[in-house]
Amino acid sequence: MFAYIIRRILYSLPILIGVNLMTFSLFFIVNSPDDMARMHLGQKRVTEGAIEKWKQARGYDKPLIYNEAESGVGKVTNTIFYDKSVRLFAFDFGYADDGRPIGEDILQRMWPSLAIAIPIFLVGILVNICFALLLVFFRSTYIDVWGVVFSVVLMSISTLFYIIGGQYLLGKLMQLVPISGYDTGFSAFKFLVLPVIIGVIGGIGSSTRWYRTIFLEEIGKDYVRTARAKGLSEIRVLFRHILKNAMIPILTGIVVIIPLLFMGSLLLESFFGVPGLGSYTIDAIQSQDFAIVRSMVFLGSVLYIAGLLLTDISYTMVDPRVRLG
Amino acid sequence: MSGLLHLREKIIRHINILLLVYLTLLLSSCDGRPWNNPYPAVDDGKNILYSVFLQRPKHLDPARSYSEEEYVIHGQVYEPPLQYHYLKRPYQLEPLTAVSIPVPVYQDKVGHVLPDNAEPDQIAYTLYDIHIKPGILYQPHPAFARNKAGEFVYQSLTESDLEHVKILSDFKNRGTRELIARDYVYEIKRLAHPGVNSPIFSLMADYIDGLKEYGDLLKKRYQEKKKAAGDGAVYLDLERYPLSGVKVVDRYTYQIRIKGKYPQILYWLAMPFFAPVAPEVDRFYSQNGMKERNLNLDWYPVGTGAYMLEENNPNRRMVLEKNPNFRADYYPSSGEAGDRQAGLLDDAGKRMPFIDKVIYILEKESIPYWNKFLQGYYDASGISSDSFDQAIQFVGSGEASLTEEMKKKRIKLLTAVETSIFYMGFNMLDKVVGGQNERARKLRQAISIAVDYDDYISIFRNGRGIASQGPIPPGIFGYLEGKKGHNPVTYKWENGKLKRRSLAEARRLLAEAGYPDGRDAKTGKPLLLHFDSAGSGPGEKAVWDWYKKQFSKIDIQLEVRNTDYNRFRSKMRDGNAQIFSWGWNADYPDPENFLFLLYGPNGKVKHHGENAANYDNPEFNKLFEKMKNMDNGSDRQKLIDQMVAIVRYEAPWIWGFHPKKFVLYHSWYLNAKLNLMAQNSLKYKKLDPGKRLAKRRAWNKPVLWPVWLMLLVLILIIIPAVIAYMKKERRSMNMRA
Repeated sequence: MFAYIIRRILYSLPILIGVNLMTFSLFFIVNSPDDMARMHLGQKRVTEGAIEKWKQARGYDKPLIYNEAESGVGKVTNTIFYDKSVRLFAFDFGYADDGRPIGEDILQRMWPSLAIAIPIFLVGILVNICFALLLVFFRSTYIDVWGVVFSVVLMSISTLFYIIGGQYLLGKLMQLVPISGYDTGFSAFKFLVLPVIIGVIGGIGSSTRWYRTIFLEEIGKDYVRTARAKGLSEIRVLFRHILKNAMIPILTGIVVIIPLLFMGSLLLESFFGVPGLGSYTIDAIQSQDFAIVRSMVFLGSVLYIAGLLLTDISYTMVDPRVRLG
Repeated sequence: MSGLLHLREKIIRHINILLLVYLTLLLSSCDGRPWNNPYPAVDDGKNILYSVFLQRPKHLDPARSYSEEEYVIHGQVYEPPLQYHYLKRPYQLEPLTAVSIPVPVYQDKVGHVLPDNAEPDQIAYTLYDIHIKPGILYQPHPAFARNKAGEFVYQSLTESDLEHVKILSDFKNRGTRELIARDYVYEIKRLAHPGVNSPIFSLMADYIDGLKEYGDLLKKRYQEKKKAAGDGAVYLDLERYPLSGVKVVDRYTYQIRIKGKYPQILYWLAMPFFAPVAPEVDRFYSQNGMKERNLNLDWYPVGTGAYMLEENNPNRRMVLEKNPNFRADYYPSSGEAGDRQAGLLDDAGKRMPFIDKVIYILEKESIPYWNKFLQGYYDASGISSDSFDQAIQFVGSGEASLTEEMKKKRIKLLTAVETSIFYMGFNMLDKVVGGQNERARKLRQAISIAVDYDDYISIFRNGRGIASQGPIPPGIFGYLEGKKGHNPVTYKWENGKLKRRSLAEARRLLAEAGYPDGRDAKTGKPLLLHFDSAGSGPGEKAVWDWYKKQFSKIDIQLEVRNTDYNRFRSKMRDGNAQIFSWGWNADYPDPENFLFLLYGPNGKVKHHGENAANYDNPEFNKLFEKMKNMDNGSDRQKLIDQMVAIVRYEAPWIWGFHPKKFVLYHSWYLNAKLNLMAQNSLKYKKLDPGKRLAKRRAWNKPVLWPVWLMLLVLILIIIPAVIAYMKKERRSMNMRA
């Protein structure tokens, strides 16, 4: 397995270079370094001299990808792409356009993102699996039919509606929790209740339908009939046998997103004033801060690759027949 | 059967848990503290102002910062020599750290002093001697900390000294020192520092003697030092390099030498660009290892103001605290008519600041901000379009007033016309709409009549604005009210009121321009014009449709060419836009700051200036050059009237509107008056924290019955499922039996 992991890590290098190149190309097709400087310097009294100084200070005064003026390797290394990309592979994210170290920002903003994402993830899995098993238990009855209808309705509603509706109902009308905000330590609890409830409710529809399909596929198999023949209760059959055997498809969907929990939720963080990495990315895109955008895309790619690797490893844990080699 | 008993036990256990939760909720609500209070209990009843910031500030360095959002924070920390009187209108300058308003001394080329009424072309230099008050102290800061031997503690730091330093408060020792003239001179030198990249350097280099050359010198030295330092920090000791136009006269006096005459420099002296920066603070932040820790002047401002920035976490909140070293500064004892009745002089002569601490919270979305304001968790709020109808109603006379809901909460509304203008510009370099020929002028005049900005204000701004009659907004010298101030090209003055000219007149002008019925008289083709925009978002489509409708009123077809903001700016720079919308917010309350937007040598395409329409009229330019250096008075007013008349007739802009600011304040927020020029107005504000606490408790009692109702509904839904489950289990048991 160790050799497999090393091989997968090596495979990821060209992927990351490709992702970097694409991010770079897409960003600079839309924005030139001059545009970035103008955006940063504001609207009033921006002179060409100020733009030049801004670019020089941040290393954007070099050619984008190929430097004609240099010789040898310098043609490639003395460019914006090389300068800004190579350090990423050592997880040196450099500085944002406002001069703040990006690595420090990521470390600081990762925790609020996790504080929302982990409860949503765990409570969501629990609620969704239980709800899906309930529907399977009452399959072909009115509970199943209305449960599916309910799931489709939940799926059809925009997350924005849940957020605004949740803030209005629980925060404004019932006045049970703060409408938005964030605090550190245990004080964060009261701020997390509402986004977590909304995050969980927002995910019920699609996940329940997906899990229900998996469970229904399993329920007709021979081992289930054997379990029932042994006299096991339906609940025991569902939770002990069906759930265990349905783990591989469930894990495929779940484990891959675990590392991405770090990246936070774009909408929830914005509306609830949570200073996480989701709102950090959105702000960077709006302010055309390429340094942050490329760092977050790179980090997202690394975490996604890590998630895929973890998924493979998890298969070996839930199914002894799977071997990585 | 045992399975059913087990299930019953389980249900009883769950009911017990629910009861326990209910009792806990009930008990926790007994202390009367609202559950939705976002602030810690220890802060209840404290003299803390809660406000918001919508996006993280880019700069807090006074030489770099040039945005209203940033001034809100560092405007309370830094003290330039002058300030605007908090209450008096029109806006008036008064001394802040200066002893008095500096008086200009004019000199000719050889240094002879000229009389006060000397002609501007005779004046080679203007000298301003600025005397500052003695005894003003800086806020406590590690840069000033000294040991018993009198040596600086943190001015020669090594990497190991910084090992455990992450934020500024990790430096345990703090010190202070007296504000001296040298600090003001140091900051003016910083405007030319290549590493600082001040946005006003180019402008000031045109006026402050020697600043341009100083910038060249610093650039050279900076590059040398940067090369030598490699990846290390670069520190340029500006005190080693004298600047010819700015010098220290004595400990409390410094002198600025201006090229020619530039009376607007006094307004700049009320802006943070001219606030003091102590050289030792710059030296402290320029040490190795500081940049990596984000310890710099851009992040941790150091000043003599009423407040100091104690926490700078732009990801979440920024906290200003009272500066313990702040000098004795007193609330003004005079204002304009009506201020006494409004209670704005109740604190006259009392020592400021009144508020102990200000917490700015990052609140990006308008809905949570508005709802938290209504719950009493923010002390003041603007009004977004979403919440406008909830807050404001228009009474018979067209005046805005608060709705019953707001009145019930005793919320106060303050309004003021902003010193800004939003206009629709014609590119004067364009072949169709541009140029100073008769045909193009009449076309522009026709369009100016057709585009009804009164309608725009009513539809898109909820009535928050007034239609502009020219480039100068109300509150600025040169603006005229009533008949004298109306634009005769687009309006008539009838029965003491403005009346927009008819579409028939617009059509007539259009026909005279060579486009009868909106068609080119020569080719017969319909007239198609292009509106260049950088709009985004769903609301923009409605605005474009409205523009199209306005043009179609006189049978002109308008095509909207929408691009992203970068492309739009590029079009504007290259002169490829035809019609566009643009805006300007005053730097200072002087007509020069608006009329320069139409000054030819300030054209965007040819001179990269702020004249976006590229309007260039030699007569206007000549008048502008004369007017800009004059003192306010009837002579200046005459010139302004002539200039405004020219541009109204030429119509390079459709004059658009001046926005009106609406701000709501809670009843416990005192001494609130909108001052659109002052950046340090926080020190005048006052709170009644006891009243706020009582109101918050009264307004935020948790409503629990919907929770129990939801639980009941849930139980009612679950019961059939439980019955079905029990039946199923019984059936399978029977089958097994």
